[in-house]
Amino acid sequence: MDITLMYYLIPSLVMFCCGVYGFITRKNMIAILISLELMLNAVDINFVVFNRFLFPGQLEGMFFTLFAIAIAAAETALAIAIIINIFRVAKNIDVRDLTKMKF
Amino acid sequence: MDYSQFLAMKQEIGLLVVFLLVFLYDTFMPKKAQSNLPGVTCLFFALFTAACFCPCLLTNAESFSGMYESSAVIVTIKNILNVGVLIVLIQSMKWANSEMQIMRRGEFYELLLVTLFGMYLMISARHFLLFVIGLEAASLPLAAMVAFDKKHYESHEAAVKYIMTAVFSSAIFMMGLSFVYGLTGTLYFDGIANAIVGEDQLNVLLIVALAFVISGVGFKLSLVPFHLWTADVYQGAPTSVTSYLSVISKGATAFAFLVIMVQVFGTLYSQVWEWMLYGLIILTITIGNLFALRQSNMKRFLAFSSISQAGYIMLGVIALNTTGMASLLYYILVYIFSNLAAFGVVSAIENKTGKLSMEDYNGLYKTNPRLSFAMMLAMFSLAGIPPFAGFFSKFFIFTGAIQQGSIAIYVLVLIALINTIPSLYYYLRVVKAMFINDSETPIESFRSATSERLGLWISVGGIILLGIVSCVYNYLLDLTAPSDMFAGLL
Repeated sequence: MDITLMYYLIPSLVMFCCGVYGFITRKNMIAILISLELMLNAVDINFVVFNRFLFPGQLEGMFFTLFAIAIAAAETALAIAIIINIFRVAKNIDVRDLTKMKF
Repeated sequence: MDYSQFLAMKQEIGLLVVFLLVFLYDTFMPKKAQSNLPGVTCLFFALFTAACFCPCLLTNAESFSGMYESSAVIVTIKNILNVGVLIVLIQSMKWANSEMQIMRRGEFYELLLVTLFGMYLMISARHFLLFVIGLEAASLPLAAMVAFDKKHYESHEAAVKYIMTAVFSSAIFMMGLSFVYGLTGTLYFDGIANAIVGEDQLNVLLIVALAFVISGVGFKLSLVPFHLWTADVYQGAPTSVTSYLSVISKGATAFAFLVIMVQVFGTLYSQVWEWMLYGLIILTITIGNLFALRQSNMKRFLAFSSISQAGYIMLGVIALNTTGMASLLYYILVYIFSNLAAFGVVSAIENKTGKLSMEDYNGLYKTNPRLSFAMMLAMFSLAGIPPFAGFFSKFFIFTGAIQQGSIAIYVLVLIALINTIPSLYYYLRVVKAMFINDSETPIESFRSATSERLGLWISVGGIILLGIVSCVYNYLLDLTAPSDMFAGLL
């Protein structure tokens, strides 16, 4: 069987949509963070696959992925630090409780 | 590798030097000298700002095979941002020296300078990798700055909302980029533009990618419908951070957005993104205004006012000509002065009394006439009342948009013009509270700190002078005139 571009793009798109869905529906902040990771990783897959199948002569997509992974790691570290701060104050990491400020 | 390429990045190198000096001072100076840190930072940054105005920087240069570009316009927008950051630094001195921040104020200055560095990269980038690095370097440390008030729960809540939406928006932005990469095989701005021109038929994937890119940047610019984080973050963050977030971050992103839309997707203007941006501008101005009408917290009120101002700034992008670009620069400059004057008054009152509600401002004129006067000028400028700077910035940005020439843009400008009427109502509500309303318990008369007064004097001076001195706009117009970015796009 021939593994073509589509075999990679469809899972990555599904991952991205799951991430968006999870970001909107999940109530736990850690779960939201995981959804965000899913979205970022879908982007990484896209870049690598486009690079590998369409433009095998260059490495631009691979390099972008490397940087994107580093950026995602930094984002997660920062977000977790902030979530820990919230937990210290509120003893809870449910987004439904973040309602002190609205409208 | 040819290391002389780094010489094209003179402003970045200067900023890096300032950052290192502040960092070394913070780390190695004895405890006694630490209390001078805010002053030292302001001094270093003021010297750097002054040095950047040297005309020898106004040359065209590019390095790293075209990834990084510098030109007279780019140097000027960075200088405008520098002026704004200097005012923010001066205004935040009192806050940074307060009891609660004394342990960590070094971090505040370091993070602030890093975000500014990120914005520099974003403005100068001509390759999407550098752009994304700049965007993240500009938005991630800002989340840490939003969470700076450790004792306040609101600060953390705001930080969570900010970081989640920032990551979400950059994920969407990068997804759009991956589609662009798949279609064109390059991430260079001009490479993508050339590849797009070559296709006879409009690719559907390209439209999706463009929508993703616009919504990703729209989050950072807080355009409606991507604005939902703005008010909460502005309210929860420490006031110094809010003022930084609302002017500097917005100004840098607006200019970078202009560059992306014109240089990369310029050829798709009339087919695709003119109409996307058209809708966004109408929504942003109208909904920003409508929600500002009902706010009673000053910071939330200024947040919605800044949303509707972002809509006006976007008129300079949709104009797609050099006048639009010059008036966008001018608008950012004026917006920096007016908004920082407003935030200067808000933070002076907050530092002294902790009051933030609009009702607390009742009768302020009787007790603190100077502060109310500064606030009045800021409100008049934001609303666009002549002869203050805000009137001319709005006037020029409408001129730029109208020069585009189509009927649709005339209608858009008309809608924007009608929208200044509700904006006048809510800006004058603050003025009315200060000058006309009476209060049983007005904010008592106080003398604000020297640094706060200095910051306010600079901003108020800017508001009045920019309204009178016309050569600033002419200078910007001359600067952008030779640009061939817009040639053949309409």
